[in-house]
Amino acid sequence: MANLEPLRLELKGITKRFPGVLANDHVSVQIGAGEIHALLGENGAGKSTLVKMIYGIMQPDAGEIIWNGEAMRIASPKAARKLGIGMVFQHFSLFDALTVLENIALGLDAKISQRDLEVEIRRVLDQYGLNLDPQRVVSTLSVGERQRIEIVRALLLNPKLLIMDEPTSVLTPQEVEQLFETLRKLAATGCSILYISHKLHEIVALCETATILRGGKVVTTCDPRTKTSRAMAELMIGGSLKEIAKGEGRSFGAAKFEVRNLSMAKRGDFGMALEKISFAVRAGEIFGIAGVAGNGQNELLEVLGGEFLAPDASAIRLNGADIGQLGPSARRMAGLCAVPEERNGHAAVGEFNLTDNVVLTARQRRGFVLRGFVDGRKSSAFASLVISTFKVKAQGPRDLAGSLSGGNLQKFIMGREILQAPDVLIVSQPTWGVDAGAASAIRQALVDLAARGSAIVVISQDLDELLELSDSLAVINLGHLSDMMKVGEISIDEIGLLMGGVHGSAQAQVLEAQHAHSL
Amino acid sequence: MTLDLIISALVTVVGISTPILLAATGELVVEKSGVLNLGVEGMMLIGAVTGFAVTFTTFNPYLGVLAAAAAGAASSMVFAVLVLTFGANQVATGLALAILGIGLSTLIGAGFVGIIVIPFSSIFPDFLARDPIWRLVFGHSPLVYFALFMVFATYWFLNSTRAGLVLRAVGENDASAHSIGYSVIGIRYAAIGFGGAMAGVAGSYFSMVITPMWAEQMTAGRGWIALALVVFAGWKPIRLWLGAYFFGILMTLELYAKASGFSFLPSQFWASMPYLMAIFVLAVISARERTGSEAPACLGKPFMPTD
Repeated sequence: MANLEPLRLELKGITKRFPGVLANDHVSVQIGAGEIHALLGENGAGKSTLVKMIYGIMQPDAGEIIWNGEAMRIASPKAARKLGIGMVFQHFSLFDALTVLENIALGLDAKISQRDLEVEIRRVLDQYGLNLDPQRVVSTLSVGERQRIEIVRALLLNPKLLIMDEPTSVLTPQEVEQLFETLRKLAATGCSILYISHKLHEIVALCETATILRGGKVVTTCDPRTKTSRAMAELMIGGSLKEIAKGEGRSFGAAKFEVRNLSMAKRGDFGMALEKISFAVRAGEIFGIAGVAGNGQNELLEVLGGEFLAPDASAIRLNGADIGQLGPSARRMAGLCAVPEERNGHAAVGEFNLTDNVVLTARQRRGFVLRGFVDGRKSSAFASLVISTFKVKAQGPRDLAGSLSGGNLQKFIMGREILQAPDVLIVSQPTWGVDAGAASAIRQALVDLAARGSAIVVISQDLDELLELSDSLAVINLGHLSDMMKVGEISIDEIGLLMGGVHGSAQAQVLEAQHAHSL
Repeated sequence: MTLDLIISALVTVVGISTPILLAATGELVVEKSGVLNLGVEGMMLIGAVTGFAVTFTTFNPYLGVLAAAAAGAASSMVFAVLVLTFGANQVATGLALAILGIGLSTLIGAGFVGIIVIPFSSIFPDFLARDPIWRLVFGHSPLVYFALFMVFATYWFLNSTRAGLVLRAVGENDASAHSIGYSVIGIRYAAIGFGGAMAGVAGSYFSMVITPMWAEQMTAGRGWIALALVVFAGWKPIRLWLGAYFFGILMTLELYAKASGFSFLPSQFWASMPYLMAIFVLAVISARERTGSEAPACLGKPFMPTD
């Protein structure tokens, strides 16, 4: 059957060179009609360059793009959309203060009245069983709903090929399932889907074919349903994947870090109040906090790290001492280090070099400052130590923090805190945007730090990471923290339902109710 | 007697608030596109002196207003080039434009001090404006009606047209608007030009309607009040219209305090009221932290397209 119709899209020997790198080296991909095709690869493997050429943002240096059997030159995104190629970007280009309808109208090339457009939008929403109110202002929507705007915008053009760039990085498991449902419906109508991701279990669940890229070249094209995730991961990173070595039969010491009934009022319009947060982490334990972005994670990290003081000194205790009223520096001296999510501008100053950046957070614990003067030799040596221990790709301690790639800066920041050997380390999104190799190195370093007797709190949206890393886990939703659960005794479904919480879709609540019955 | 007094006070309120309303309407559009142009005062002065000079030489006040608009727009282009094309700091450049306007208008106007021009003739038949109550409707300068028209036209433009939607989008998220394919810089040039023209017309109201003569710095800081009014109105045209009358009432109180010898407080106190109120209102609004959600998200941020 596949042979009767021409392929929807065929790429033949696509090559694209940037100064100093060969981003795509003779890449060939074939996508049939109605096929869900995965494009797999680490950061820098050339996925986004390839997709940009399909969507007309860039032109290939060599090679052919064949669309429905005809060789094409796709000059611009507008031309791509005209052919029937739609794209949903990883970072949404939405206007927060405008309504859903206005946002969609802005992204359309055709000029149609808002009333007709609203009718069209409702038709698409019905057809794919999506839930979205066109009159809502975007700033009031959840991330999943925002993504739906982008999807509807793409679907309005009746695409023949839909490109999805890392679509699930910000969704709850239930939202991911909904998205997959939509994509399957769409594929059933004959629309091909090019699905870019590095989350292997999703690809196994969704895709029929996978093309794996590494260093700009196609490593292989395979059927993900017949391969193990591990085998694909190894093809992706081009080596064997190091499993995180956790010592067997780990035992934990006494409670090192305790938070009791910590409540904070919300700050500003977009803040989240924290309500009666309690947990205790023992020496050697890694405690994970899961949750969808914007449910109070940043607020929690800020109050735990000391950027904002707790209302009550005894709400936060470290080694039995009340530290809730201490500022960040005093907390560092007491043994608590924190790494916020935003690495450039919060965890590190991009315009400072690496040496100055280690002075900012390690000066007390490492004794860089004597009578008000910074000991440049000591701090520079420490920066070099971080660079070499954590294999940070930098020329030296004099590099500007902002000149490092995201993953390298993250390694540097994690290294800077870990090498201070804190009693308690609190990290938010430790491997966000970091490639698989570096991510596993960072995770291993956290496990090693715990093995030396530190208590660690990991706040992350990446559930896989938390399940791999943590000994115990809780879910934050609307500023409430669930009870602590032991990893290994909970299912992904349960965590997902907690993540969806009260503000999840009606469907999630029904599921929750059913779940409660079945227990 | 009291009715007459109230009517004439209301006529004064409408008249005195008109230049603020004109300038603020222009600035509202500029700020909606994400640009903060603090040079309103300077552009008003350039408009005032140009309008006066052209009316004086051509004896046609309508030509004078057109010239004032053109001069305001031209001076705003100096700001636009620096800010949009060269990415200069908007606050510093805007302040420089305000100072430039003061100096330039003084220079141009040096030869016109002490001369009087023929003001606008009424656009409605005289008998309509004879009755005191009808006077409130028909007894104004054409510019008053123009200002009202422009506020509602701006409201309609921003909320009901595609171009208005694009302009708001550019002010909310310049990077996204650029990536969708809108010309952020081009749209902002147009918005700044409109703001400049409106400020120019506002300035001409001083030299051609309020007092049909030219005096140095005759706009007396009303450009700054227009800036405050935009924030006060939460970037919404209808609130801008009402807010202009609020400031108009404060300024009318000053005039009446002076004229009637109404003296339990010195007239200087009433004269300073609008400015004190502007500061007070801005402080209250900032303290409420609500401006954060009302202000265009990209207000004052430079945008440099990367590709």
